[in-house]
Order: sequence, then C-alpha cells, then structure tokens
Amino acid sequence: MKAPAPDDPTGFTNPAAALFRDAHEGANRCIQCGYCLPVCPTYGSMGRETQSPRGRINLVKAAAEKRIDIAGDMARPLDLCLGCRACETACPVGVPYGEIFEAARNATAAATPGTPGPGHRLETLLLRHLFPHPARLRATGNLVWLAQVLGLRRLAFRTGLPEKLFPALAALGKVAPETDSPRRRPTPGSVFPARGKRRARVAFFQGCVMDALMHRINRLSIELLREAGCEVVIPVGQTCCGALHSHRGMRAEAIALARRNMAAFETTGADVFVSNAGGCGARLHETDHLFAGDPDREPRARRFARKWRDLSSVLDELGPLPLRRECTETVTYQDSCHLRHVQNVSDPPRRLLRAVAGDRYREMRGAADCCASGGIYNLLHFDESMKILDPKMHAARDSGATVIVTTNPGCHLQMRLGIDRAGLGDRVRAVHLAEILAECVWDNDHLRG
Amino acid sequence: MTLTAEGREKLAAIFPPERLFFDLADRLSCSYDASFGDYLPEAVAQPQSAEEISRTLFLANEIRLPVCPRGAATSLSGGPLPVKGGLVLDLSQMRSRLEIDRENMLAIVSPGVITADIQREAAAAGLFYPPDPSSAHVSTIGGNLLENSGGPRGLKYGTTKEYVIGMEAVAPTGEIFRTGGRTVKNVTGYDLTRLLAGSEGTLAVVTEATLRLIPQPAARRTLLASFDRLHDSGRAITGILGAGILPAAMELMDNACIRAVEAYEACGLPAEAAAVVIIEVDGHPRAVEDEIHRCAELCREAGAGMARVAADDNERDAIWRARKMISPAITRMGPTKISEDATVPRSRIPEMMERLVAIREKYRLNLVVFGHAGDGNLHPNIITDKRNGEEMRRAEDAVGEIFQAALELGGTLSGEHGIGLMKAPYMEKELGTAGLAMMRKIKDAWDPHNILNPGKIFPEPGQTRIRLTG
Repeated sequence: MKAPAPDDPTGFTNPAAALFRDAHEGANRCIQCGYCLPVCPTYGSMGRETQSPRGRINLVKAAAEKRIDIAGDMARPLDLCLGCRACETACPVGVPYGEIFEAARNATAAATPGTPGPGHRLETLLLRHLFPHPARLRATGNLVWLAQVLGLRRLAFRTGLPEKLFPALAALGKVAPETDSPRRRPTPGSVFPARGKRRARVAFFQGCVMDALMHRINRLSIELLREAGCEVVIPVGQTCCGALHSHRGMRAEAIALARRNMAAFETTGADVFVSNAGGCGARLHETDHLFAGDPDREPRARRFARKWRDLSSVLDELGPLPLRRECTETVTYQDSCHLRHVQNVSDPPRRLLRAVAGDRYREMRGAADCCASGGIYNLLHFDESMKILDPKMHAARDSGATVIVTTNPGCHLQMRLGIDRAGLGDRVRAVHLAEILAECVWDNDHLRG
Repeated sequence: MTLTAEGREKLAAIFPPERLFFDLADRLSCSYDASFGDYLPEAVAQPQSAEEISRTLFLANEIRLPVCPRGAATSLSGGPLPVKGGLVLDLSQMRSRLEIDRENMLAIVSPGVITADIQREAAAAGLFYPPDPSSAHVSTIGGNLLENSGGPRGLKYGTTKEYVIGMEAVAPTGEIFRTGGRTVKNVTGYDLTRLLAGSEGTLAVVTEATLRLIPQPAARRTLLASFDRLHDSGRAITGILGAGILPAAMELMDNACIRAVEAYEACGLPAEAAAVVIIEVDGHPRAVEDEIHRCAELCREAGAGMARVAADDNERDAIWRARKMISPAITRMGPTKISEDATVPRSRIPEMMERLVAIREKYRLNLVVFGHAGDGNLHPNIITDKRNGEEMRRAEDAVGEIFQAALELGGTLSGEHGIGLMKAPYMEKELGTAGLAMMRKIKDAWDPHNILNPGKIFPEPGQTRIRLTG
C-alpha cells in the first residue's frame, strides 16, 4: 500500500491509502468474537451485523484493502454509527474503535467531495459556520428565542435546510431548555476565587453549545467548583472542542480547534482543566490522537490531554459538598457514553447523587446504554435515534425517578425529548448533574439571584 | 454464481425487503465468524418463522442454492461460513419466545435467543441452565444447539445436548417437523433431538427448542492450586475425581498462559509455577464445605506448592477473573489466535500436555495451553499473525500434529467447538472409513442436493491437511 503524499495528511487525494494508514492496523486486531454485539445500540435497534461494531470494523478493513468502495459500501453503515464507543469497553482485545471510526469518517468525507449526503447543509451550517465561532453562537442564544417566536419552519426555510430535517428540528426545538439572561454568562478572562481554603486552580471549559444555550449550567458548575475549594479561571480564546468535527470527518477543522484550545488553556497555569460535558471532555482527553505521528506536536498534545477531568470526578474527589437542602425527589442517572467509555468515569456522578438523594437514588435499567443523541445524530438520523430513545424512556419510567440526571448537553436535550415523547412532562424533568447538586447546596433564591 | 435474478425474485416473494439483503455491505457482514476465512454469500435473509425457512429450503432445492444458518457467528470452527456462497439465513433476530415453565422445569426458546438470557430467566425462577460457553452473553441458543456447545461446567453438568429434549426444525428439503417433547423420559423412536444437537447446521434448521432446567445449586466454593511440575497437576485432577468428588469446574493453565495473564493484568498468579488449577465445587453447603477442603488436601498430596480456598465471594471472583483474563491476555500477544479443543480421556492429560510442549518446541510457535482439564478438554492456542505466511504454514503443521496426538491418546478432534472446516480433513482418521461413511449416508438421505451448510464436517475429495492460508 502506497503511503499518502506528505502534503496530503487528511487523505483527500487517496482516501483508501489514508484509511489503510489510519485504521488498518487497529481493525486487524479484531478477532471477530462478537463480544461487542450486545452492547451496540444500533445493532440492538436495527438487528443487522452491518450495523454492529464487528460488522463496521470489517467494512473499514475491507475498504482500506480496496475490496469494497468507501462511498458506495462503507459510508452508510459508518454514518449510522452513534460513536458511543461502548464497544471499546466490551472489547477483550482493545480494538481502538474510536480511531477506526474517525478514520472512516475522514475517508468518507474525502471520497465524497461535492456530493452532500442527507443533512449535509445542516452539518456545514453548524460545524463550519456556527460552533467554531463563539460570537455567532452566542448570538444564536437569542436566535433560538427568535426562532421560537417566528416559528422554526420559516427559519429552516430561510437557511435552506432540507424538508426532512423539519420534524427533528421541531422536536428538539420544542424541548430546548429556557436560556438564562445573557448578562449572567461567565465571561472569559474572569478568575473566580475559591470559597474557603484554596485547594486547586482549575481552568474551566465553557463549550460552544453549553456556553450559548446552557450557560446557566456552566455558571452553576463554576460555583460548585468554588464551593469545593477550586479557584476557577475561564481561559480567553477557548472555542468548540471539535468532537463533532472529528465524528463527521472534518479532521482539519478538528485540528485547528484543538490548537486554539491548547493555546488558550496552557497559559492559565491551572493544575487541571475541567469540562462539564462528557462529549467535549472525551475529545479534549484524546487531543493527542489528532496529532499522532507528529513528533513536534504530539508530546505537547499529550500533556494537554492528560490534564482534563470531568466536573463530577473533581467534585467527587475534593468533596463532600456542603449540602444545605435535602433532595426530596427520586433521582436516576443516564450515563454519558463518552464520559463512561472514553474517560472511564461512571462512579463519581453516582456517588455524588447518592450523597444528595440517599436511597431515593435509583439505578435505571440500561443506564449505561446510549440514549442515541450522538452529537447531532438525532438531527441527521431522527427515526433511528427515536427507535433507541423510546425504549429507554420505558426504563426511565420503570425506575420511578422524577429527575433524570445527565452529564452532557446532547444527552440532556435527548432526555428532555424522550420525556416529552413518553408523555411524562408533568412528572419527570431532565437536569444536568450541576443543577441538581446546586439545588441541594443553595436555596433557589441564590440560583436566581 | 448460483443465485440468478429469478432466484432473487423468488426469495423476495418469501421475505420482505427489510429482511432480505443483496447489498455488498450486508453480504460482507455475514462472510465471517470468529474462526478463519471470509466467504461472501450472495444474499442474506432474516427469517421470523418456520414457514419462511420452510419455503426458503423448498426453493433452495429447486434452484440448488446453498443455505447456511447463522446465529451470532461466534463459532471457532467455521460453522456459519457460507463456503459455497448462496444464502445466509441469519437467525439472530428470530427470538420472540423465551418462556420458563417453572412447574415442568423447562425453557421454551426461539433459536435467536441469547444463551445468557436463558440463564438469567431461569435463575430468576430459581432454576439453572448449566451450559456456559465463554461467549454465552453473545451466542444464540440455536448456534449452541447445532454446535453442541460446552464450557467449564461440562465436567459435572454436560454440554448443550444434555439439556435439549425437544425441537421444532426444518429439514433440508423444507418439511417442518418436531423431535422429542416436553418430558425428560422419551424413547419414542429414533432420538432425532440428539442427532440434530451438534449437527453443525448440516441436517436441519432449528426453529424452536425445549430445554430442561435443573434446581440452582445452593452453595459453591473455589480453590486455586499451583504446581511446579505439569505432571503433578494432572495427578491432582485424576486424584480428586478418583476420590469420588465431581467438581463443577476444573480449569488448568500452563506456565506460558500464567505468564501471559500476569503480564496483561496482575492477578496474583505464581509466575514460576508450571501450572495452576482452579477447582470449584457446588451443591449443598455442608457437602461443598467438606469437598473443597478435601480437594485442597488432594492437591497438596499430589505435590501442589500452594492450594488456597477462596474465603469469600471477593476471593472467588479474583480467582475466576484470572481465568477470564486468559483470552484477552493471549490475543494481545499477536493478532491471530488459533484456538483448538482436542480432547483426551482425562487419565491421558499429563501425556497430552507433554506432547503439546514438544509440538511447541518443534515448530517454534507461541503456543499456550489452558482448558477444562477435568473432562480432558484442553485448549492449545497458537498465537501468530496470519499475514506471516511462513509461520502460518508451521502453525498448520502444528495443528495437524495436535490432532494426531489427541487421536493417538484415544481422544477426539473436537470437544466443543465443532468440526466445521479446519478439522474436516482428519475425520476419517478418527472415525475410520466406515464410520465416516455412516455419517455421510445420513447427510445424503436428509439432504439429497447438499444444499444445507455444504462444505462442513465432511472433507472435500483429496483434502488431507488443514489450510489456514488462502
């Protein structure tokens, strides 16, 4: 197999060669034991080997060996993968599915220039023109309100989005949480002192969607960190983590975003970097993968990557938090896949919830199974996503919980959508972990004030 | 190409488009299992009823289309591989029925039901389904039945065939028929249930099975013993069985295996030991208590340097964790794992272990041995890289010699994985010309056009040695 030209790192001129370089060794480690099948959400919902990790790994291998066509045969099954990476946790031999998946997405993008698939325009709008631009994204906070006033359909029409995305956008638009006043958004460059004795200096990642639409959760996360003894810095110049870009085959964009974030965080002198979004944290945690094989940048990226921690593990480690109110609701937790399978964090959120809810914490059946939010998967593949979400809501109902706690904005929105679809809106609410912890640390007046 | 446009149309008259695939991606996804080789089928169908399978097989006889049943494709012997092309019948989605009949202590199951789900549902009713292949959380009961799967509990509880007492199946010529029934005793006519169990999908497609369940054992205790000499571990195993104790499991690991596990994840195994043995007994709490300490004594008498009984569930889990680490530990040593399951009478285990050491040295291969020593079912595993042609040819020769050794010691080619493709050339050596011919007569009578899972069990004319490389 010929190596790709040095000036072609993303493999646009020879996608199969780039795929071979980036994914073949990893795919070849698969022993086809099938241990990944029972944990794969799309194998469960679609019931086809083609839509299982073992099937997809084999397709990538075949495409890298030029036995099948990247665009014609491999692209669609890989496009239908949620990228939850539960298969990596189940794999007995450590097949690096995340790397294979991203390499396959890059190859698909390279093999299909100028032939936008379904949802391509939405993808371009969000990933190229919105998420990497904090100012535009912040303006979108107001635009969401505008959209609710004007009606999503007209907005969608004006932006040229394909008709088939309307139901997905409408459904998610309907359940979008109320945004806080823009005056209260944490400002980059701020330093928030620790309450009590300073135990650590942390740099806080605001995220793109979190910052624009859910910045109240960021504000509460910062307050909780201060309460746990952290001095919190909000680095200037930080941007979108690039996770969605990696998943959608936009490698060059993901690298550019990573470089901006590295520059922004490295100058803070913080002991650890904290994210409160499982998906973003996972991307940042694996920043070194983007620079694999680059002798200049990879060591620096690895140092950067190792500093990332999820909010829940920092609070769990530095806690206990000073609880001033009792949680009287029944609480359950929906894992964020990328928090669980990429960052290996599954106990800290549960311990924090047990601390506030005691035996009113209930483990939901299949809590570790993906909710099928999958970044923007629920927009691009709405029907497939709902086939996975709806059974999950039965499990949520059976748990008896009135609060479903999440640790990632995508899961958070998806849970709100699931609650709405299951007709549970009058009884059950979805919150971010920071919200329910904040409710038990402060009275409501503090949260509003 | 056996499937014409007309054949495709006829299949489309049986299956709706969402359960019938001609796409390259879908076909490629049914071209492999957990063994060797890729064989591209011409179509894949996902039946939901015996009637659909019956119509498919009638059609297959008419147009001479090879049909290969497939469960979760965890086979280590090539059971579901469509070696002659044709149609893959993917039965993994035919799983609507999983009923526990507590009163009669039975389970009635569809073929696509996952084995571990049967174990779980049985346990919820206070009952026990013992067969436990290591892939039980993935594999389908249909695949287990047709391959007659075993596992560590085979020593005391037997394999899948001991638990199936009735089936609904479709013959290669399309007829739907029932075997056995819902009673434990049943001597009405030929025992077709037993004939189909382990038939590797060459005689029928199972569409429903009635399984016998037994009461859950009330207690279990586990010990770990280490030996400086391989021979002593064999003596300990025969000593315990000779003393009238029938453990639920007796698992053995050789030194190469111990070192692989410890290098992968420290499990507290003695790295210098020639072998370790895990023994578990189950049953009435007082009997179990007595037996496990007696087992430890017998191990020490046979020369064990250490024989430690787990004090609680945590210690028990730690011992079994070491056993479960074997597979990931050894596959980290190379991308290709040739997993054999030649089985010998248990009194010959020490000799078999010695033969395996000699084979490892002769062919300079990374060969590790573990297995269910109590029933003589060893798993010699060769770790290699299928891209290394020269080493693969040495591996082929070594595998042939392993088969030869097992047969010379009065054993068999396969204890639980099945014959499939790789072992087919050795069938005549084990069964003799007449023995193999009797089997072939059954196949010919049931499947005159050889359309159901062709290319399995029986060697191709002139095929005398295994081939792992293309």
